Amino acid sequence: MNRYRFVLYRPIQLIPVLVGISVITFVLVRSIPGDPARVLLGPRTTESALARVREQFGLDEPLWLQYFYFVKNLFKGELGKSILYKVDVLKLIATRIEPTLVLVIGSVLLALLIATPMAAIAARRRGSWADHLIRIISTAGLGFPAFWLAIMLILLFSVQLGWFPVTGYGRTFWDKVHHMTLPCLTTGLALAAVLTRNLRASMLAELQSDQATAARARGLPETFVFWRHVVPNSLVPTVNLLAVNIGWLISGSVVIETVFAIPGMGQLLVRGIFTRDYMVVQGVAMVFACATVLVNFLADILTVTIDPRVKL
Amino acid sequence: MTGARILSVENLSVAYEDAGGSYNILDDVSFTLRKGEILGIVGESGSGKSMTCRALMRLLPSSRLRETGGAVRLEDGRDVLGLSQDELSEVRGRRIGMIFQNPASHLDPVMSIGRQIAESIRYHRKLGRTEAWAQMLDILRQVGIPDPESRANAYTHEFSGGMRQRAMIAVALACDPDILIADEPTTALDVTVQAQILRLLQQLRDERGLSIIFITHDLGVVYQLCDTVAVMYAGRLCEYGPKHEVIHHPRHHYTAGLVACQPSSEGGTGLVPTIPGQPPSPRDMPMGCRFHPRCGAADALCAARQPPLEESQPGHSCACHHPADLVAEAEA
Repeated sequence: MNRYRFVLYRPIQLIPVLVGISVITFVLVRSIPGDPARVLLGPRTTESALARVREQFGLDEPLWLQYFYFVKNLFKGELGKSILYKVDVLKLIATRIEPTLVLVIGSVLLALLIATPMAAIAARRRGSWADHLIRIISTAGLGFPAFWLAIMLILLFSVQLGWFPVTGYGRTFWDKVHHMTLPCLTTGLALAAVLTRNLRASMLAELQSDQATAARARGLPETFVFWRHVVPNSLVPTVNLLAVNIGWLISGSVVIETVFAIPGMGQLLVRGIFTRDYMVVQGVAMVFACATVLVNFLADILTVTIDPRVKL
Repeated sequence: MTGARILSVENLSVAYEDAGGSYNILDDVSFTLRKGEILGIVGESGSGKSMTCRALMRLLPSSRLRETGGAVRLEDGRDVLGLSQDELSEVRGRRIGMIFQNPASHLDPVMSIGRQIAESIRYHRKLGRTEAWAQMLDILRQVGIPDPESRANAYTHEFSGGMRQRAMIAVALACDPDILIADEPTTALDVTVQAQILRLLQQLRDERGLSIIFITHDLGVVYQLCDTVAVMYAGRLCEYGPKHEVIHHPRHHYTAGLVACQPSSEGGTGLVPTIPGQPPSPRDMPMGCRFHPRCGAADALCAARQPPLEESQPGHSCACHHPADLVAEAEA
């Protein structure tokens, strides 16, 4: 299938994007005021001790040389040694990636599970009380900041009802599910609000489309027309919206992991920023950026699969 | 026409209702279709010809439009307007198929042509995947799509205009309906392709005994294809009869005007005559005969009273107080 040829050459197009991301994260991290060596050694220390630490992590080298080492490490599959933890950042990330993955994937699944039936009900019963209710809730959902929703969910389900733990991640599988339900629900609801509105609008347009009329004229019942002809056609714009929002979700994990004290990459990033651990910050930022690029790549593959007209 | 009556539309009326009131879009439309007959419905844009077909399929494009009266009787006497959703599903597709002006937008762009046809076959005939697929290939062959095995997997956008219309005919004929409603199927095609599609429809009528309602604004196409013609103006039927009768001896002045507007190849002044004025809006229908403001033969009676559709000769009816042939005789 030559429509999928972009899968081969898209990674080549990604190279300039990744170079750009590496430069930006590298420069941005170093433009934060503060000195990692001073943070590491505390306020009472000597200039010679500071100099030693700077030398040890290459922080005394010129910026361009530091960038060169950063890129060289990337080619070796390393992200540099954390100033605070004294291990390679990639190893740090490996221990922290699971909770973040669970958070992002769990949120997306929850959002889809909520948004698809909601949008379907609202679109098929346009103007009914169910439609109005769904529209009000999803519009309100757009207005709530994630951290506020998180706190409200904690107050209701953890403090009042005691159904879910307030913070932490857990050890066994079910323990993890138990811990991650509220965090996933927080971001999942926010995402569901966006998706519901978008999906409802495109379903409504497709319900009135010529091709849906023609399908009805063939004697296919309304439910059949809806799931076989309306839904596939209305998914195309939603896939791209979802990809954009997963990018937002990945960076949004920083807030959620902080509120729920989840030991994920977001938390690692926040700690890295406070301790001026340049290697950690640029490493996590690189991984986040690559994940966002990857998600959009997957969305493109999905779009091409759903819609045969799309050529990339 | 000798075939048995297969569909009769009796006094079909459709109204548009909104906060401002109720407006008649279709008024008292009646005609019959016999087995193997091709009926042409002609009229200007907005005359109600498409609306008639949408109404008899119960596919009105807005919830504000409603069938307000009349009946659409099938061969077995059932009224389509009174059917339940389940019965309607059976009638659409199995008894009446429909094709549209713009196949590109009336076919699902993200489902292959073959699957769209096989889907109807599987749904209506409760067949398995392989049997439905085999029947589908057969139908593609019948509508003249070359190399059906590979074209079945193609999508709408990969077909040319003429092939798309053939594909849509195949989709509509998937479950072997008795009646095909064709809503301006050749308007968007160029002339050579149009001729091919018309030939295909004729061939389907001859081979399968298909009855066709063919909607068009092109009298030339009616002349080539149809057996009977219904002329519509402003939501009403104004003349109805056998093709030769209606076109060669039009009785309604609107039909006469339409015939006169046909560009002919036999020279003339070079200017195509037109009917002066514009068709009326449903919100502002003239009293009496709806055509009288544009009619040269109109008098006080026409402005005051709606002429009934009367059969003047067997099978040829007309709704006019002063039929054109009588006016011509009087002048002679």
